[in-house]
Amino acid sequence: MKTALIAVVAIASALSFVPAHAGKTADAIRERGQLACGVSTGVAGFSAADSRGEWRGMDVDFCRALAAAVLKDPARVRWSPLTSQQRFTALQSGEIDILSRNTTWTLGRDAGQGLVYAGYMFIDGQGFLVHKRSGVSSAKQLNGAEICVQTGTTTEKNLAEFARAHHLKFKTLMFENLRAVLKAFFSGRCQAFTADASALASIRANDSGKPEGYVVLPDRISEEPLGPVVRRGDEDWFALVRWTLFALLEAEERGITQANVDEMRKSDDPAVQRLLGVSEDVGKPLGLDKEWVYRMLKAVGNYGELFERNVGPNSLLQLPRGINALPRDGGVMYSPPLR
Amino acid sequence: MRWRNWGLQFLIVGAVLLALYGLATVVAAKMRGLGVEPGFGFLWQRAGFDIGDTQIAFDASHSYGRAFLVGLLNTVSVAAVAIVASLLLGGALGLGQLARNRLLARLCEAYVELFRNVPLLLQVLIVYVLLIGRLPLPHEAWSLGPDIWLSKSGLALPWPAFTDAGLILERPLLGRFTFSGGAMLTPEFLAVAAALTLFTAAYIAEVVRGSVQAVSQRQTEAALALGLNDMQTLRFVVVPQALRSMIPPLANQLLNLIKNSSLAVAVGYPDLVAVADTTLNQSGHAVECIAIIMAVYLTLSLITAALMGSWHGRLLRQQGGHA
Repeated sequence: MKTALIAVVAIASALSFVPAHAGKTADAIRERGQLACGVSTGVAGFSAADSRGEWRGMDVDFCRALAAAVLKDPARVRWSPLTSQQRFTALQSGEIDILSRNTTWTLGRDAGQGLVYAGYMFIDGQGFLVHKRSGVSSAKQLNGAEICVQTGTTTEKNLAEFARAHHLKFKTLMFENLRAVLKAFFSGRCQAFTADASALASIRANDSGKPEGYVVLPDRISEEPLGPVVRRGDEDWFALVRWTLFALLEAEERGITQANVDEMRKSDDPAVQRLLGVSEDVGKPLGLDKEWVYRMLKAVGNYGELFERNVGPNSLLQLPRGINALPRDGGVMYSPPLR
Repeated sequence: MRWRNWGLQFLIVGAVLLALYGLATVVAAKMRGLGVEPGFGFLWQRAGFDIGDTQIAFDASHSYGRAFLVGLLNTVSVAAVAIVASLLLGGALGLGQLARNRLLARLCEAYVELFRNVPLLLQVLIVYVLLIGRLPLPHEAWSLGPDIWLSKSGLALPWPAFTDAGLILERPLLGRFTFSGGAMLTPEFLAVAAALTLFTAAYIAEVVRGSVQAVSQRQTEAALALGLNDMQTLRFVVVPQALRSMIPPLANQLLNLIKNSSLAVAVGYPDLVAVADTTLNQSGHAVECIAIIMAVYLTLSLITAALMGSWHGRLLRQQGGHA
């Protein structure tokens, strides 16, 4: 029944990209009292249900922040776990208001499918997982090593290009099936396994049985920017989602955290006062009230806290901040001025 | 009568070719409709991926066509090794089943029943997991003789190589991660070759047993009466007669073995199918890649069938009998 419904919706949306609530997504959310958020079917650190059925992860926290901003309650979110085949159809058809699910930002998706990306949530890249006992600390030290790859993606090509660019020689072992490639890597058949770094971190944490015996190398040999996606045709909603992301970055920049947000409201810094709605009203142009950022920070914290809690060095995934840091720390997570 | 026969065959072949041409035209039109230009021109494009286990030099800058050649050579080499090994093992098991020693005969029968009745894919995976699980890491490799090392990386052997100093025997040397130089039989190759051998040998054993039993018992009695011993009876009387009925079913088993080698893809051995899969994913030329796989297996099978057929024909002429 559900499959049939999705099929009908898919056909309908293929015929025309008219969204269900053009220009009125935020109104529809308020009327419904719930934000419909599309997430993955389970990628640890990004969006995955924990043992009690509670959704956790960066992408999940972002939807909670949005709900806090629009509905004044971070809990008012309806989660839709979607596979990679279902995700775009669900958004195009209006089944979800936002797709917050590790989805790479590419030209074809941003321009050709009635969708638009609201920004970077996490910039991923292809990396390497190695056995800790090998003592390898950089991918450039892997010259002569046997490297396991799962076929069917651009992974093999990225690996070959990296090898050529750095005059390295790898012995590539290509497997069709994820289980087989993991078996080969964990048994020591190959010295390294290459895939998207966030996937490697999740595999290390969940599939290795002994995370401390494995290391994700810091090198990234390709770029995979992931971010939230909304429907085309509702610029108001697009702007709201985009500036929600910027506000989380701005809060980190100004040092406002979940813990100190109440204290920071007393700050004399005009930028902080503006952000937390003490002086000017930066919510009005977005159709929000004065305290939207305050509520978001109170609910989930700033961008840096989202990162640390879900994927950062002290989380299960232990990913370094790297390119996802603020510009002052050498990253690219930049927010235009909130004023 | 004869001419009518020829004419009929000509018509049938013509109709089949026409049907194939029609199919190709429809597929090509459909592909153009989807914005894909059909054709084999992509074989000359840069492949852009590396293959770990190759018989000839190959890297990412070579063409897709050469990648297919690498895959073909890998398929042929694993099949050739398995054919020789399975004939030897299967022959021994087949005769073993007929041995007067009850224990030996029962053991051979048990082997046949076990390996014939477990799916081959499972056998490939079991052998592979055992190999990579039980073998030591390259730095703790087992020494099986001078410069011969067995580890998770495979069986490293000295191998002749051309250098500036002429032809020398190149020794495998342990680097930071694994061995380089010499020849390396990878666990993937060993697993596929071993599983194909173990599986096919069980079938060959049955073919051998059946053919030997089909030779009249009186031939054996007559040979023994003439004073030949057991081995001589087998070698000069029984086996030559059994071969006649053995070769056609044996050819079937070898054809099966060649086609079964495509299960290599399960354990990451870069055979023809594995290379075609990667090419298909990267270039988008799915129909052409599948067509190449089909054409190659068809050709390999026809060559094997022709060789076995000519051997059979020669044997029949020599022995002056009928099939």
